[in-house]
Formats: sequence, structure tokens, C-alpha cells
Amino acid sequence: MDFTVLTENMEPFLRGFLNTIWASLLGLAGSFVLGVIIAVFRITRLRPLVWFGTGYVEFFRNIPLLLVVFLFYLGLPSLGVTLSGFAAGTLGLAVYTSAFIAEAIRAGILAVPAGQTEAARSSGLGYVQTMVHVVLPQAIKLVIPPLSNQFINLVKNSSVLSIVAGFDLMYYGDVVATETFDTINTYLFVAMFYLIITLPLSYGSRVLERKLARHD
Amino acid sequence: MDFAGAYSGEFLVFLLDGLWMTLKIALISIVLSFTFGCLIGIVRYARVPVLSPVLAVLVELLRNLPLLLIILFSRFALPDLGLQLGPEGAAIAALTVFEMAMISEVVRGGLNSIPKGQIEAARSSGLSGVQTLRHIVLPQGLRRMVPPLVSQFISLLKDTSLATAIALAELMHNAQIIIGHSYNYAIPVLLLCAVIYFIVNYVLSLLSRRLENKMV
Repeated sequence: MDFTVLTENMEPFLRGFLNTIWASLLGLAGSFVLGVIIAVFRITRLRPLVWFGTGYVEFFRNIPLLLVVFLFYLGLPSLGVTLSGFAAGTLGLAVYTSAFIAEAIRAGILAVPAGQTEAARSSGLGYVQTMVHVVLPQAIKLVIPPLSNQFINLVKNSSVLSIVAGFDLMYYGDVVATETFDTINTYLFVAMFYLIITLPLSYGSRVLERKLARHD
Repeated sequence: MDFAGAYSGEFLVFLLDGLWMTLKIALISIVLSFTFGCLIGIVRYARVPVLSPVLAVLVELLRNLPLLLIILFSRFALPDLGLQLGPEGAAIAALTVFEMAMISEVVRGGLNSIPKGQIEAARSSGLSGVQTLRHIVLPQGLRRMVPPLVSQFISLLKDTSLATAIALAELMHNAQIIIGHSYNYAIPVLLLCAVIYFIVNYVLSLLSRRLENKMV
């Protein structure tokens, strides 16, 4: 490995690295909020909400992330809204990931035995009380492992920002590769920066998963 | 928005050309990554000395890197190592390497899910290690692998869209060229692409459900 590529281009590498972290955190926050809303839609008994939630999840889980990002980046301008590559990319990332998060949350809630809900309801707890005090605390344990996987995917997927000039790590990697002509070393350092984020996350999620499993 | 213009015969044929490329690249990559993924999964399950730990590190690294980086590496960095691949070759190589890591984890997980007692029983009944794998572990493990394998294949099909970054003439790439003619085509063309991806993936998941039922 030739470290001069890294030392001489520290600034673009770091700028991309920080933008990737920033896009991932914004994407995580957005997809979590959207995911919770869609999951709640799907477990209510209101038909239109259930249909909307199911349609949303099935639609976004079966199309490529890049297509969602293009809808925001290339599609919105024809409706008079122009977004930067970073904004369109992050928004696309949040909407796409929210479908997976909604499914994880729904599966977690449904895994809590129905008898517990019935017991809570017949003890006089309201629907919201049952959710907050009985169902959700147990569901969270089941939901955390798949959620942490989704976050790792989100960090990796944020590289699509480079396709819409979103100034992320991959984008600056391309810039450095074009300027230095040292493609191999540049891409190896880009890989290293991604691993700095994803490897600790993978390790942490595995430890967490084992810890949660032991409490059962 | 110009639906009539976007759905003209010439553009539809161009999109179908892209779909054909998407399906071709996805199918070749599915076959290759499934083959290598099974081999790696079985070697890791069998704890072959030296080979298993080396593969474990390789799988861990690949799983934690963005696929887009691997695609760009295959196209633009491999030539410096003496391996010149065109867009098709680079896309297939990258998708195969990345998905084989994912699939090997599915295979390993499926094999590990067979209770150890069954293996001990088979071994003490006089079956060899290979016989135990062939007659006891694989038949049960494979059935459990079908759903996660199919969702991995669906991911692969969606991920072929990332090869638009190396100008592979697949569906998203051709869509982008049409949108280049006029921004008024963006939303109609992207929606049509979404429908196409959705149908292909939906058919895939229907097939998997049939396969699962057949195996039970």
C-alpha cells in the first residue's frame, strides 16, 4: 500500500468520510421515524391504513435503492422541486430503508404472544397503555438485532450518493482516483474508511444480539 | 410530465433491452455466487483448518464493504493488476464476489441450525461425515435456506442497478439515458422501471414460496 495517496489527499477523504457518517445518521433517523409510522399503520385494524402500509413496504422493498434516489433527484425537478445530490440521496436512503425497518418492527410486535395483549386489555389497560407497557418493551428486544443490521446496510448503501454527486466518501474516492491515477490504492483507502464505520457496528450488533438472547 | 412521449415505442424497446441485460447479469451472478457461496458455507461449517479462518476474514470484509465500491474496483482498479474487464465482466465479477459472501453466511446459518444431537446420532449409527452432511444435514438445512436465499437473490437483482456507475447498459442505465432527453420523462420512466422491477421480484418470491411448499 502506498500511503502518500492518503496523506496527500487527507482533506477530500475526511470530508467524504464525515459526509457519509452524516448521511447515514440522517438516513437512520428519517427511516426510523417513517418505519415506526408504517409499522403502526400495518398493525391497526383500519383497512385503508393497513393497505397503505402494506403497499408502501412491498413497493420499496422490491425496487432498487438507486431508483428511489433517482425519483427524488431526477423526478422531483419536473414537479418544480430541485434537491441537491446529498439531499436527494439521503431522502431516498431514508424512504428505502424505512420499508425494511417497518417490517422488522412489525415482526417484533407480532412476536409478542397475543395472550399478553388479551390479558392486559382484560385487566383494564387501554390500547395505547397495552402497547407502551406490555408489548413494546418486549418487542424492542426482538427488533434491535435486525435494526442494527439495517443500519450497517444503510452506511454501505449511502455510497449511492456518489452516483448523484452527493459528496460522500465514494464520491471523493472517485475524485482522488481520477486526480492521482492511483486507482488501486485510492479504492483500498476508501474501503478502509468504510470498514472503520461498519466493522465496529457489525461486532457491536453481534455482541448485543448474544446479550439479548441470553436474557430469555 | 410527459407520459405519452416517455412511453413511445422506441423508448420502450430501449428499456426492454436494459431489462434483458439486467436479467442476464443477475442470472449469471446468481448461479456463480450460489455455487461459490455454498462451497464457502460448507467449508466454514466443516471447520477446515487454515481454510475456514481465511474464508471467515474474507467474508467478514466483503460483507462490510459497499457493493458499489467493489463494482468500481472491478472495473477501474483491476486493469492496473493486469485484469481488464468490460462493464459486463466487471459487474458479474463484483456481484458474484459480494453475493457469494452473503450467501455463504445463509448456507452456514442453515447448516448450523440442525441440532448437534442429530449429527451425533448419525455418526454413532455408523454414517461418515460426508454421509451425515449428505443425508441428514443438507436436506433439512436446504429447506430452511430457501426464504433467505431468495431474498438474497432479489437483493442481487436490485443491486445490478448499481452497475449503471460503470455504464453497463442495464435497466437503470437506459432509463437515465431516456431521462437525459427531457426531464419531463423522468417520473413516467422511473415509475415504469419500478413496476418492472416489482413484477420480476414478485415472480421470484412466488416461485420461492412454491419451492418451499414442495420441499416440505
